[in-house]
Amino acid sequence: MGIISSGFHGRRTRDDSGLPPGQHRTADFPVLSAGPTPKIARQDWEFRIVTETGATHRWDWEGFLGLPQEDVRADIHCVTSWSKLGTSWRGVALDTLFDQVGTTAGFTLAHSYGGYSTNVPLADLLGGKAWIVHQYNGEDLRPEHGGPARLLVPHLYFWKSAKWVRGLELTRHDVPGFWESNGYHMYGDPWREERYG
Amino acid sequence: MSSAWHAADVAAVHEETATARTIRLRMAAPVRFLPGQHLDIRLTAPDGYQAVRSYSVAAAAAPDTLDITVEELPGGEVSPYLVRKLSVGDQLEVRGPVGGWFVWRPEDSSPVQLIAGGSGVVPLMAMVRAHAALRHPAPFRLLYSVRDPESVYYRQDLAALAAPGTLEITYVYTRRAPEGRPVGRLDARSLEASVLGRETDPAIYICGATGFVEAVSGWLVDAGYAPDRIRTERYGGMGGTA
Repeated sequence: MGIISSGFHGRRTRDDSGLPPGQHRTADFPVLSAGPTPKIARQDWEFRIVTETGATHRWDWEGFLGLPQEDVRADIHCVTSWSKLGTSWRGVALDTLFDQVGTTAGFTLAHSYGGYSTNVPLADLLGGKAWIVHQYNGEDLRPEHGGPARLLVPHLYFWKSAKWVRGLELTRHDVPGFWESNGYHMYGDPWREERYG
Repeated sequence: MSSAWHAADVAAVHEETATARTIRLRMAAPVRFLPGQHLDIRLTAPDGYQAVRSYSVAAAAAPDTLDITVEELPGGEVSPYLVRKLSVGDQLEVRGPVGGWFVWRPEDSSPVQLIAGGSGVVPLMAMVRAHAALRHPAPFRLLYSVRDPESVYYRQDLAALAAPGTLEITYVYTRRAPEGRPVGRLDARSLEASVLGRETDPAIYICGATGFVEAVSGWLVDAGYAPDRIRTERYGGMGGTA
């Protein structure tokens, strides 16, 4: 639109090249949540996948840790405009969790302890694109960042990476989750700047 | 939701404290605003470099005027410009207002407990002002934790709006207090003594720095307040899930 703020120069030492449009780098790890941080004991934790026919697959904490673990290095992009590059996580690929799951559904709704939800097309969770992670930087994931475990879908805005995740519901239609019902985009591709719905 | 950028005129500026400024923006078209929402602001440098930040709206005046309050972050990229350099008559690019969760809706008749840490008071002030403008019958209470008396935003407006049963305000001074007032941080006990009781089932809005929001919301849940009645926002706009 071409409104120039002549007295504004920005932080010239910073390099925001290679970031999605409208994003800036941060070295911190800001915390953003819609409500209180749920307290979830690992012995009570459970992750389940429920298909469109109602078939349910469950993992408790031990069973989840017994699955093949992957180390993931990824750039993350928050819709509030910060990006954090080269973050390190450890967890289980959704490909692994879906090994035994038969489905023809096209969409998922991730559900979290505390009531949060977010929708992600199934194709965006498979093919080495998404994980359930339980470590960040080599340490157990802290509760305010989603521990014991969170979804990690780094190629979408980070609200899709549901904290405190407890399951995935497979759906035939794209059902809006929490932020998607509150003004945010159904898909959330940072490279196309799909912030608001 | 308005996802496009629009020009807005800087209609007025007001120094809120030594480090914070309220900027009155006149939007290009009438806006629909819910108290608690934020605006995205985009600045473009002469060489085309751009930066975007989110700021909570502190006040709205129909049909097209929104106030944001910006705290200058030392070493920040955008806030020093907005607080120190921006002048009346300048233009900014804005997107929004944005947000559908950390908002107060007048059709909700619940009592409302607002809890602010420092500049987290900004979106709560929009709720206080809307509540007053509507002469809304729900009781409001504001608990405002702040470093010292000089750091209080909107002091005169808050004093003018306070009235028993309508808007009750408790200040907590963490570093230095006015004469005769205690200095100290909130803890679980003083928090519980200052907020609306569980039996009134209040809608609770907490905004501030992460440590403040984590501590306060945790104490409230421990004290028996229902987690689904507590809405939180950390500095920076959307209460997302990052």
